[in-house]
Amino acid sequence: MANYKPVVVQSFPKLGEKITQDTLYWKSYKTPVQIKEFGAVNKIDFSPIPPHNYAVTASSRIHIYGRYSLEPIKTFSRFKDAAYCATYRDDGKLLVAGSEEAVHVVDFLTDKYRIVSGADDYTSKLWDIPSATEIVSYSEHMDYVRCGCTSKLNTDLFVTGSYDHTVKIFDVRTEKSVMTVEHGQPVESVLLFPSGGLLVSAGGRYVKVWDILKGGQLLVSLKNHHKTVTCLCLSSSGQRLLSGSLDRHVKVYSTASYKVVHSFDYAASILSLALAPEDETIVVGMTNGVLNVKNRKREESKERFPKKKRPGYRTFVKGRNYMPKQEDFFVSKPVRSHLRKYDRLLKSFQVTKALDVVLEARNRTPEITVAVMQELNRRGTLQNALAGRDETQLSVLLAFLIRYVVEPRFAPMLIKVAEMIIDIYLPVVGQSAVIDKQFLRLQEIIEKEIDYQAELLEVLGMMDTLFATMAKKKATSLEENKTNGILRILEKATSN
Amino acid sequence: MRVRGRRSRSGKMVAPQPLRVVRCGGSKLSGARAAFSADAKYLLCASGDYVKVYSTATEKCVHILQGHTNLVTGIQLNPQNHMQLYSCSLDGTIKLWDFTDGILIKTFVVGYKLFAFYMLAGSEDSVFIIIPKNDEDFLDWFQLVSVKLPKTPDQEVEAKELSLILDDIGQWPKCTAFGREGEYVASVRGLHLLVYFFKKKKINRFSLSATSKKGANNYFTCVACHPKEDCIASGHKDGKIRLWRNFNHKREYTFSTLHWHHDVVMDLAFSVEGTSLLSGGVESVLVQWRDGSDYKKEFLPRLGSTIEHISASPDGTFYCTSHTENKIIIIHSSLSVSAVIQGLVKGSDVKTGLVVDPRTKALVLNGKPGHLQFYCLQTDKQLYNLDIVQQEYIHQIGLNQVDLVKAAFSAQGNWLATVEQREEKEVELELQMKLWNYDEQTQSFTLNTRINMPHEDHVTALCFRDTDELEDGTPTLVTAGNDGRFKVWVLVNDSDSEKPSMGWSCDFVGSYHNYPATNCCFSEDGSLLAVSFEETVTVWNSDTWDLICTFCHPPGRIQNLCFGRLSCSKYLLGTTDCGFLCCWNLLSCALEWSAQLNVMVLQPDPLSENIAAVSRLLEGSDLFVFKPNEPRPFCIQRNVCRERVQCAVFIPRDVPDSIGSEKHQWLSRSQLYFLTETQDLLTFSTKSAEERLTPSSRQLAVEESLPMTPFSLLLGKHRHQQQSKENADLDTAVVQSHLAQGSPAVKELLHTSAHVLPSASFLCSIFINSVLISKENKSAGEVVDVVEMDSEKAEDESDEDLELTEMEQDINPTEFLGEITEIKLSKSQEKQLRKIRRMDYSWVAAL
Repeated sequence: MANYKPVVVQSFPKLGEKITQDTLYWKSYKTPVQIKEFGAVNKIDFSPIPPHNYAVTASSRIHIYGRYSLEPIKTFSRFKDAAYCATYRDDGKLLVAGSEEAVHVVDFLTDKYRIVSGADDYTSKLWDIPSATEIVSYSEHMDYVRCGCTSKLNTDLFVTGSYDHTVKIFDVRTEKSVMTVEHGQPVESVLLFPSGGLLVSAGGRYVKVWDILKGGQLLVSLKNHHKTVTCLCLSSSGQRLLSGSLDRHVKVYSTASYKVVHSFDYAASILSLALAPEDETIVVGMTNGVLNVKNRKREESKERFPKKKRPGYRTFVKGRNYMPKQEDFFVSKPVRSHLRKYDRLLKSFQVTKALDVVLEARNRTPEITVAVMQELNRRGTLQNALAGRDETQLSVLLAFLIRYVVEPRFAPMLIKVAEMIIDIYLPVVGQSAVIDKQFLRLQEIIEKEIDYQAELLEVLGMMDTLFATMAKKKATSLEENKTNGILRILEKATSN
Repeated sequence: MRVRGRRSRSGKMVAPQPLRVVRCGGSKLSGARAAFSADAKYLLCASGDYVKVYSTATEKCVHILQGHTNLVTGIQLNPQNHMQLYSCSLDGTIKLWDFTDGILIKTFVVGYKLFAFYMLAGSEDSVFIIIPKNDEDFLDWFQLVSVKLPKTPDQEVEAKELSLILDDIGQWPKCTAFGREGEYVASVRGLHLLVYFFKKKKINRFSLSATSKKGANNYFTCVACHPKEDCIASGHKDGKIRLWRNFNHKREYTFSTLHWHHDVVMDLAFSVEGTSLLSGGVESVLVQWRDGSDYKKEFLPRLGSTIEHISASPDGTFYCTSHTENKIIIIHSSLSVSAVIQGLVKGSDVKTGLVVDPRTKALVLNGKPGHLQFYCLQTDKQLYNLDIVQQEYIHQIGLNQVDLVKAAFSAQGNWLATVEQREEKEVELELQMKLWNYDEQTQSFTLNTRINMPHEDHVTALCFRDTDELEDGTPTLVTAGNDGRFKVWVLVNDSDSEKPSMGWSCDFVGSYHNYPATNCCFSEDGSLLAVSFEETVTVWNSDTWDLICTFCHPPGRIQNLCFGRLSCSKYLLGTTDCGFLCCWNLLSCALEWSAQLNVMVLQPDPLSENIAAVSRLLEGSDLFVFKPNEPRPFCIQRNVCRERVQCAVFIPRDVPDSIGSEKHQWLSRSQLYFLTETQDLLTFSTKSAEERLTPSSRQLAVEESLPMTPFSLLLGKHRHQQQSKENADLDTAVVQSHLAQGSPAVKELLHTSAHVLPSASFLCSIFINSVLISKENKSAGEVVDVVEMDSEKAEDESDEDLELTEMEQDINPTEFLGEITEIKLSKSQEKQLRKIRRMDYSWVAAL
């Protein structure tokens, strides 16, 4: 007949982000290293050739750091005023930076002999390096030019973004800009995809992706930050786009779906962001002058542990790949289902032992413990399982309760268990100091929780009145989001 | 399919073919102990008014023995002839059947309600029955009496010679058992065990105290007698089994106790040799006690539900257990399950109502605890059980079990939504909604989403939006709860790049003044959702979830709600608890019509505009079938049943039925089934009772029920060819040869050695007589008939033939004389003649 059905362990939806391939990838960085700079870090650029040093522009200095050194390898400090936008040339042998007259953006064209610059005098200019002379000057922007980049494929193409809400594409062979796209907010950062076909602009709270080949058509507009987006960056594979913002977040988008796949949290508003080749290092510069460096974890760390002695591969495949011949009789062996220890005990109705087993599990899996308690309750034998415990057994049980009783997913069951325990052990209270202490602790926790819940209800009431005055029209459809919204607000309130 | 005419109740119709209410879905298989045939090839069990014959190998029903007009309460093989079966019924008759052919042989009319039947191998002519005292049911006072069965050749015999054996006994068959070789009979009732010794005509009475210090509950529940020794086993309410010995002494009796069951021992049975004792109860574990020892016991656990009866086959190969969930399990003597005969599981309460699976057109309702059963009504067979709760079921009385309360299918049958709940002390309610996806590969439903506590309070209704597959609409489910909300759940694609996954999540929550939501339904095209909140019906746009309009018919609370279909889709129908049926027009937002009718069930036909409403007056339920655009019902059926109708459903027919009467045209495309309070599944039939009894099914040959193997196919073909060949020349040759060789006189003459034979003069007349072919047989028209009958007889009465031949020959001429006078016989006459033929002529021998 039917087999024993194991206890159903309730799986609760994970609150917060789901574990995806992306989160695993972006989480595999070591704990960050913080380096204090002299001022707000406005640009970070990695050298394109190994060992991939990076230049950090902050205040009136440019520091060059090695991959793993916390001290700058080299410092350029001969600037009268703030320096901006220290950028490496493709061969990593030349570095360009803007300073004085508020040249906020400089970049090498791909032919290595010319430099593009943009400044607060609304102009963007092209310079020749060998002769150190200006080749051409464009003054089409109506406001500060604060960002720009050059095409990696075309030696004559560059893009500038300005506070006049536009992004312009220039071809140095022509007199005027070849394309203008209207971003809608002051543009803080622009980025060209390696293919040269897509342009990303960031400004205000928006990140917008434009299709240049279609004549500057808006492909997608992303609004995932709640403060101005200041910097953009592509991952080395080109599959992910990163954006940093003043709201202290770095978001990672998939360039296929333009959905946020991961998000980093930082301590201060982010001004600049850079990824090392192969995403080995992620460096973020912030307004408070802190440079945050995260290095990727090494994979081989796992290998260091000695291998466990396990039966060889052949042991497992022995006889498995035998192909039955035609005259063979096929006798199928029934698959034996292996039950967990608590299931085996429950199957034979040993309720106290089953509870002991799940409590022993060092509180790693409270879901299972609670599921077994639920099962015992369903069988009407929970009381029996809880009763008749000595001091050590009871203290294990109480420790579990103290730890998890306020957790919302376990609360209904554990409150019931707590009530039962109090009922059962009330006559013996006072005989053991350990147990008494635990009971007091439990009481304290529960009182705290009650206060907290009352507070929450108060806030909920306030919210309700606010919503009632705010939304008259769509009263019905609001209801679904109401609880979620309030919870989110509450979370923030408590975290602050 | 079980059919039972109730012409008297629905007889008021004047239509040419009156609609009849018929019961379907089988009735309880576990009403009485089942019996095995002598070779254990067949299992016989009482099922409602019938006795069903199952093949133990194939689990198929071979014959249905119909004839009783009330519940069959006991069956037993005839100890004298193991091809025959006795059955007794509440209708006051004992019937003798030939169960291999499914023929009724004889009926004994006793005239009392019979509650149990026992027959002993020793006493040929008398049987024992349990009847109520003075033919009155009061005080449940029952008697064991013996009845002398008269040996008259009539088909129907009155058996009135009753003699009292034991008075004041339990009514249940399992409370009385006959001992070794019928020397004594043991009966239990309350706290007393009575043993009556037939030879000494002495009654020994043993009593137990009601309770002991240890909290025992000593009430007797069942009794069984050892077949070889003087030993009585009795089961008790606290799960103890007592083995009584030495009970012919009033004082020096002894008993030993076996205790494993924690609850009532429901039945006990000894194996044929008496080496092991079987017991079963609420735990649904079959326990086998070897040699009456407490230590040597074996278990067969998880049989599904409470064991009600246990019986053992006469050849010792099988046991069988009857269960409360309408199931019989045939168990091999090595305690391994061999076959399961499953009927329609009728629980105490069908909470899910009747639902139709759109894929299989099977009826879906609560089955075993925590299961959903799919029952095919066409074949009267359970298709499968779907485990919804997926928890170990603990068989214990008084435990709060998880109940399956709601189920709904999407229009195509791709999705199934179920709600289960567990209520403890009114305050604590555990609710779980599960959504199941139909898996084409495994051909069954797999769990997709589990939602804990979909509502804060009981879920009152749930329905899917009927979106066509082509339309590409997302599957949508609406649940209504007592917490004053209705929730819309949609299937969302929450797959990431690696693994595709679909799950259901809440899309919208609606409420109306915080009244409890009681019903919900979607219009046919899925554009409107109607949700009733106590007295008000609200109509919502299913795209934007905006409230469009409200209807109400004060002061009644809305009980049922449904949209019209097809041409009547602009109507919304609702019934109130103060006895009104209202029809609102959705275009004008006004009440179209209303009728005063206390409607219990409102059910639209999915294939037409018709809507069936079952109303209840003081007594009896009436059925009205109408179209929403026409306030006058076109079919009224008064008094369809006496009980309250709980739920009803239209099941589409596979092939539209041709119904002659214009009035019953509404039944042509789908069939209406309804379930009453007493868990009877009823339906309507336009055919008369005689038509529905398919005679062909009764004549199923024995071989046909055997499993088809390549060997049997081969052999069967060969045999078939032979038979047809034989039949061809049967007409001519076999007549003489059969008659000549068949005669025992000739046989005797030829097979006995000469020196022991009596004198020739003595033998001569016998021999001549046997060789003589009676004149009548030569009339050409009748020859075939006679042969047929004779061969039949040869099969039936092979044992008795020897003594009877001479006598029969005396009778035959008179019989055939009658035939000669009118050569062309009508069918009915022929039948009658056959009947006469089959009659028991043993009385002649007695003369």
